[in-house]
Amino acid sequence: MLMGSSVSGRSVPPSVPGVDRNLDTSGHAAAIDVQGMNFYYGEQQVLFDISLKVPERSVTALIGPSGCGKSTFLRTLNRMNDLVDGARCTGLCLVEGQNIMDPAVDVVLLRKHVGMVFQKSTPFPKSIFDNVAYGPRVAGEKNRAVLAELVESCLKKAALWDEVRDRLHTSAMALSGGQQQRLCIARTLATNPKIILMDEPASALDPASTDRIENLIGELCSNYTIVIVTHNMQQASRVSHQTAFFFRGRLVECGPTMKIFTSPAEKQTEDYITGRFG
Amino acid sequence: MSATVGELAGSVVPVSFTLGADGQIRQRLRLSRGFMWLCRLATYASLLVLAVLLLSIVWNSVGRLRWDFLSSHYSMQPDRCGILAGLWGTFWLVLLTAAFSIPVGVGSAVYLEELAKDTWLMRVIRLNLSNLAGVPSIVYGILGLTAFRPLVIQLQSVFDGRHVVNVLGLFRLRLLKLDIYDGSVLIGAMTMSLVILPTVIIASQEALRAVPSTIRVASLALGATRWQTIWRQVLPASLPGIATGVILSISRAMGEAAPLMMIGVLTVASMCPGGIESPGQLLTEPGRVLAVPFDQFTAMPVEIYDWSKQPDPQDRFTGVAASGILVLLAVLLTVNAAAMIVRYRAGRQLRW
Repeated sequence: MLMGSSVSGRSVPPSVPGVDRNLDTSGHAAAIDVQGMNFYYGEQQVLFDISLKVPERSVTALIGPSGCGKSTFLRTLNRMNDLVDGARCTGLCLVEGQNIMDPAVDVVLLRKHVGMVFQKSTPFPKSIFDNVAYGPRVAGEKNRAVLAELVESCLKKAALWDEVRDRLHTSAMALSGGQQQRLCIARTLATNPKIILMDEPASALDPASTDRIENLIGELCSNYTIVIVTHNMQQASRVSHQTAFFFRGRLVECGPTMKIFTSPAEKQTEDYITGRFG
Repeated sequence: MSATVGELAGSVVPVSFTLGADGQIRQRLRLSRGFMWLCRLATYASLLVLAVLLLSIVWNSVGRLRWDFLSSHYSMQPDRCGILAGLWGTFWLVLLTAAFSIPVGVGSAVYLEELAKDTWLMRVIRLNLSNLAGVPSIVYGILGLTAFRPLVIQLQSVFDGRHVVNVLGLFRLRLLKLDIYDGSVLIGAMTMSLVILPTVIIASQEALRAVPSTIRVASLALGATRWQTIWRQVLPASLPGIATGVILSISRAMGEAAPLMMIGVLTVASMCPGGIESPGQLLTEPGRVLAVPFDQFTAMPVEIYDWSKQPDPQDRFTGVAASGILVLLAVLLTVNAAAMIVRYRAGRQLRW
């Protein structure tokens, strides 16, 4: 693991524990394999011919200026764009070898496998326990003991258990912003996904809470495949194995994080990460 | 060398913040004060009218408004005339109206807000809902008279006791003749449901719209189906708003007389629907409830209207009518207070 390394005069912040930014992922099995994806909102095309492999049990960061299509791309991975009228997608998107763009795909099953954490923490106006137990419950789990065990293990994985163990049955709305976001992560883990999509999970949080979320991502990536959209380039460089740079609906470059941040192949990438535009 | 801002700008103007330091401001202040007094006058004038009305009603009711007014039937003797039939009639009317309009109204709102695609038909329906809410209730009365009454009378002629229905091939059921009169509670409730449905739907739609979409998206992302999302997240979150709208609509149904007069309810009634005259009877003779929907009835506003135009040389029925108004007002205020409590409680619990 390279700590605070400086290549070609550019310094890259140290990574969080558990993330190897020089990891050669070419030999890894792909959890997500997107091939030639085009995406349209009505007549307007927002994604152009995206091809991207996300290796298993790793963190892939999607970076790029606002409106570059990275969030739209993220939402196609669990078909959340279905909710938007007039959204249309072509190309292949293989998750576990199955094309999830297939109309025969049950989005409910897909979304259990591919969980999502949003930018704005959205706890349900229920107790902490009920928030975490929501996913299993809608999936049909009724056994109180099973649910209690699951809630505990998920809150532990999300590094929230110690703070809320004494008030599991109080309202989740009373938690702080950072705690709410970790609760949302715990809630997502409770559906037992293999892949977790994160849409700027820390952009509304203070630095200390952001730090906790980033460390959490480092811990989770040994068991889960994580795709994270972030505006914060330092964050991308800290938490991800692989970074993909999006610009104007196209995937400009994708590679090991260390390489993207020290010696990108494309001029546009270099300009963006050095802050020349964006 | 230091220069003040005023010197740099080329002129030094003494600034005063004293009230009316320049003539223009004084003029504007006078105008705005005048406007405030105008608005105040408008408010107090309407309050005054209301106070005078209420006082005259209370004044008129003195002498008749006693406890036995609530437990007496109609009588030609103003001193013995009471509102019992109207109280029970309004109670059953409102109960049945709620039973019809809540499922239909909330169901429609959920469909229009959560499920329907944005087609031209949906847009026409949405647009016309608010128009329907503004239609005078007498129009719904005419609709009830021409559509529901014949329907229910048809029902009566079908169920004449000769018809035998084969239920799923398992057993035969003999349909007995139903005593359906004109202006039964059933027809009244169906008509009244039409009156309040647009309001119920619009209020429910607004309550559903107030639920942030992030809640829906988060629920769907956790693998919940659309139905589970609506049932477990959206409806509970919007329930206080829906309840408030429903309660207020129902209080409107309580005060409506016109559609009921149209379908021909009794104006002079000395019987209560189903013959139930006290709450205790609901427990001792629950079977009577079954007869309620098909019984003739009267409602409080209809009774009040009738009393207020009773020909009486000494105007003795004025006191009866005033007492009726006060009872109706008390019931309405209670119902509206319930709506306020629901809203207040919800406001404390739900913060997005």
